[in-house]
Amino acid sequence: MIRYLLGRLASLIISLIVASLVIFFVIEIIPGDPAAYMLGVGAQPDTLAALRAELGLDVSKPERYLRWVSGMLQGDFGISYTYRSPVSEMILERMWVSLPLALYALILSTLIAFPAGIYAASRRGKTGDFAVMGLSQLGVAIPNFWFAMLLVLAFAINLRLFASGGFPGWDKGFWVGMHALTLPAISLALPQAAILARIMRSALIDMLGEDFVRTARAKGLSRAQALRRHALRNALIPVLTIIGLQFSFLLAGAIVIEKVFYLPGLGRLIFQSISSRDLIVVESTVMLLVFVVIMVNFAVDIAYAAIDPRLRRRR
Amino acid sequence: MKAPTSLIVGGVISGVVLTAAACSLVWTPYDVKLLDVAQKLRPPSLAHWLGVDHFGRDILSMLMLGAQTSIAVALLAVGVGVAAGAPLGLWAAARRGGVADELIMRGNDLVFAFPSLVIAILITAVFGPGAINAIIAIGIFNIPVFARLSRGAALTLWRRDFILAARVAGKSSFRISWEHILPNILNLLIVQGTIQFSLGVLAEAALSYIGLGAQPPTASWGRMLADAQTLVSLAPHVALAPGLTIVLTVLGLNLLGDGLRDLLDPRLKAARG
Amino acid sequence: MTLLTVEKLCVSIGGASILDQVSFDVAPGEILGLIGESGSGKSVTALSIMGLPPQGAKTKGSIKLAGEDILTARERRLCQLRGQAMGMVFQEPMTALNPLLPIGAQVAETILVHERVSKAEALERASQTLARVGLPPATFPLSRYPHELSGGQRQRVGIAIAIAMRPKLLIADEPTTALDVTTQAQVLDLLKGLVDELQMGMVMITHDLAVISTMAKRLAVMQSGRIVETAATEELLRKRRHPYSEALFAASTHKVELPPPPAAQRTLLEARDVLCAYPLPRQGMLTPRRALRAVDGVTFTLARGERLGLVGESGCGKSTLSRALLGLEPLQSGSIMLNGAPVRPNAADTQWRRTIQAVFQDPYGGFNPRWRVRSLISEPFHLLEEPPSGAAREDAVVDALTAVGLCAADADKYIHEFSGGQRQRIAIARALIIQPELILFDEAVSALDVSVRAQILDLLAELCRKRALSYLFISHDLAVVRSVTDRVMVMQAGKIVEQGATEQVFSAPQHECTRNLLASAPKLQIKNSAFQ
Repeated sequence: MIRYLLGRLASLIISLIVASLVIFFVIEIIPGDPAAYMLGVGAQPDTLAALRAELGLDVSKPERYLRWVSGMLQGDFGISYTYRSPVSEMILERMWVSLPLALYALILSTLIAFPAGIYAASRRGKTGDFAVMGLSQLGVAIPNFWFAMLLVLAFAINLRLFASGGFPGWDKGFWVGMHALTLPAISLALPQAAILARIMRSALIDMLGEDFVRTARAKGLSRAQALRRHALRNALIPVLTIIGLQFSFLLAGAIVIEKVFYLPGLGRLIFQSISSRDLIVVESTVMLLVFVVIMVNFAVDIAYAAIDPRLRRRR
Repeated sequence: MKAPTSLIVGGVISGVVLTAAACSLVWTPYDVKLLDVAQKLRPPSLAHWLGVDHFGRDILSMLMLGAQTSIAVALLAVGVGVAAGAPLGLWAAARRGGVADELIMRGNDLVFAFPSLVIAILITAVFGPGAINAIIAIGIFNIPVFARLSRGAALTLWRRDFILAARVAGKSSFRISWEHILPNILNLLIVQGTIQFSLGVLAEAALSYIGLGAQPPTASWGRMLADAQTLVSLAPHVALAPGLTIVLTVLGLNLLGDGLRDLLDPRLKAARG
Repeated sequence: MTLLTVEKLCVSIGGASILDQVSFDVAPGEILGLIGESGSGKSVTALSIMGLPPQGAKTKGSIKLAGEDILTARERRLCQLRGQAMGMVFQEPMTALNPLLPIGAQVAETILVHERVSKAEALERASQTLARVGLPPATFPLSRYPHELSGGQRQRVGIAIAIAMRPKLLIADEPTTALDVTTQAQVLDLLKGLVDELQMGMVMITHDLAVISTMAKRLAVMQSGRIVETAATEELLRKRRHPYSEALFAASTHKVELPPPPAAQRTLLEARDVLCAYPLPRQGMLTPRRALRAVDGVTFTLARGERLGLVGESGCGKSTLSRALLGLEPLQSGSIMLNGAPVRPNAADTQWRRTIQAVFQDPYGGFNPRWRVRSLISEPFHLLEEPPSGAAREDAVVDALTAVGLCAADADKYIHEFSGGQRQRIAIARALIIQPELILFDEAVSALDVSVRAQILDLLAELCRKRALSYLFISHDLAVVRSVTDRVMVMQAGKIVEQGATEQVFSAPQHECTRNLLASAPKLQIKNSAFQ
């Protein structure tokens, strides 16, 4: 168990290092001087030099990389070129919208997909199965941002049950915040739920064909009992992989959905920064997104070990 | 051998979209460069089957032109994914357990940590938005998909006795991969290719929607939806037509993929006799 | 009084008949052997008795367990009967247990579904059951997981699951086919003891006459969905009424007439202190990695014209050795010389490779499904500097095909058009086509039914008569090795523990391991094989 975890931890650290190098060098190949861009044409050379020093642009690239990484490790993401405020504060503020949205959507998608997938697998080849599979086929095909527009049209503009966009902030109360995130979360979750339900169904059907399920049936377990007690846990292994991958889709999808609902999340921050060439913000936000994705996949690896005794051989 | 229903339905839908895109290269019902402001936001009619948008352009014509963009971007992205991913996967399988295998698989994991949208953001930050940007972003994300698929399938083949026989016949692992492994995983690649193609259509739409994909005046379904967003309560058809087109296209491609899988799966083939 | 009566059972799937008028009965405490080759419908019979016929199957007739008809019983009732009144042991111990649950919970579950007892009590009874099948809790705690057990131990867990409720009927579907001979003997003893002790009726399904003849009181012979003959085992060993049973018995005791070995010739293959080792996972962070010595200092020679056998149980290292001999496995130390040239795992080295070819086990995975037979069997031409082309190539293909009993027209077919036996013939043709000096048979007949196996072994003998064939025949099956080799080596834990003339080793084994193998191997003693 410890061996397995240490192995995963080592690969996690390597992934983070390589990812940060990739992001840094991609951003670094951009031509142009952010300081010159900020001050505009006709800036005095000495003001330019002062700003360059302030932004940390006056040192060599390896040194700048090390400063960036060590800063991030201490929670210091640098200073925004345009707003002149700490990037960490800006990100933290936006994170409180994007991360709850992605998590909310993940929970919704799992809550929809598990029962649907289990139901379809247990009714394999019957009407219920075809209905769930048909719906999921449709769900997979719907672009989430278009689905979001339809939801706005139906529930915000026509029925007036939800606001059509904007976020009042968590200080107005937890439920007010959740209410504002509900339509975005549903539009994010449904297409993912459709994919997850399909994976759940096929993983379960694979497991139902395994010998140990036949053993369980020969013990006297009913089909439903065999499915619940034996097939389900084994099917969770491939399903977990997909949930891990989906989190990164949800986080990225949140960026798109934020645009539909005018949510002040990471997505808007990134687009604003791209248009104002505020590269330090882009750099750090992307790194943060990648960090979260890698951490989630690490969590999935730990979950594997909790489910599968073959991975925790040495206790 | 009976073709599965999904193959026929999916094939017909995909065929229609493909034909529309090809047709738009030479002809569209209306010239979209001419902005007929008098007609703007007209709902569907006999003259304009799917209505007119806020600039007075015929929506059907726009959709046909948008199909070009969608298909070109998604197809090229799948091409990038297969061309780079499949050889990498085959190489990893041929060197299973070795350093090359380990590096390729770790590299795959790393790319999976960058969702295609994040790659697109990075590329946009460097080169600015555009259709090429979308192709690269979706294509890079496709590489590990095909690499993993090829490696997994190739690994099971490497354990088969006919590969042993080929090795006993003195063939190199490159030659074995080319002669024995590749033909036997081609079916899988084709099926996955259709699925990634449909995902590519969705991703292209999303990237264009948020302004990281194709830029005007290039027509694009995602772009049309972005323009329609503020008008959705005023003229719903402006948002419905592109959305439904995307749904139908993706649905058709997925059905085609499912149908191909059923048709090409040797286990099912044996059962059908 | 009978316990189980199967009457005119017919099963069909999608219009194709799987079982046709199958009838037999089993009394309490009796073992009925159901024997037949693959595809004869044995397993479908077993699953139908359990009320678990394959999906979409249509059944007719009746299966009465203690008077109650299984075929018409409701699913709820069937769930009560399964596990409680009837238990089943499956073939594959590696996959028949849930990998995510400890063994104690899996055995206790049988009790928990049928009785309202506390979990602790169920576990207590599970540990007693496990102790009864030879897994005492002191050495095999209930918290063990299946992957921590060997194949034989897992099969014991499978048996414990089946008998935890002391059912009246036990169905065992090829319960020892996946096990080594020594383990097989122990598991068979266990099953026999349990039947006596619990007075269960048992239906034992197998393809192996030798195994069943020592177990069952009565035998039912199945052929393509029908029972062609049912008789007491004793009686059947004396005479067979149905031609199929006769053929089956004849194939099971088939003697191959190998031509006498040629006079001693020069050495063809020489292995010296061969060592192949794999690193094992570290036990702790700082302990050094240990290595599994799969082949541990093996030395032997094979002379030209010699037919050498290699026997051993699974995991003894014989497959690793075979791969090393083919240059597919690097050696840690030692050397293998083939015709005076060193064998090295380097694909480009065709010089020595053309002197050795191989026939592998799996007739279904042995060929690229997308190639025609012509390309398949001429693949080894790759090894020749100037491979024949045009008519000469075609002649060589036809020669090879006719040599193995196939015809020239078969060259245009794909592999799926052939049966398992024909495929192994094609595999032999592929090995023969460049006329190598040595052929390695790696479990080449192990996946075949007895009758097909007999034909392939005959083909081998015939080839020996026609050409000067030298081969190394690797198998776990003692009887097969005995029939087609002049000299034999016995392998255990990576080492060759005994070698000598085949008859001598088999009649007067010196090493403990050989003696064990021979004692465990079930023997079929046919008293009078006259066909009536």
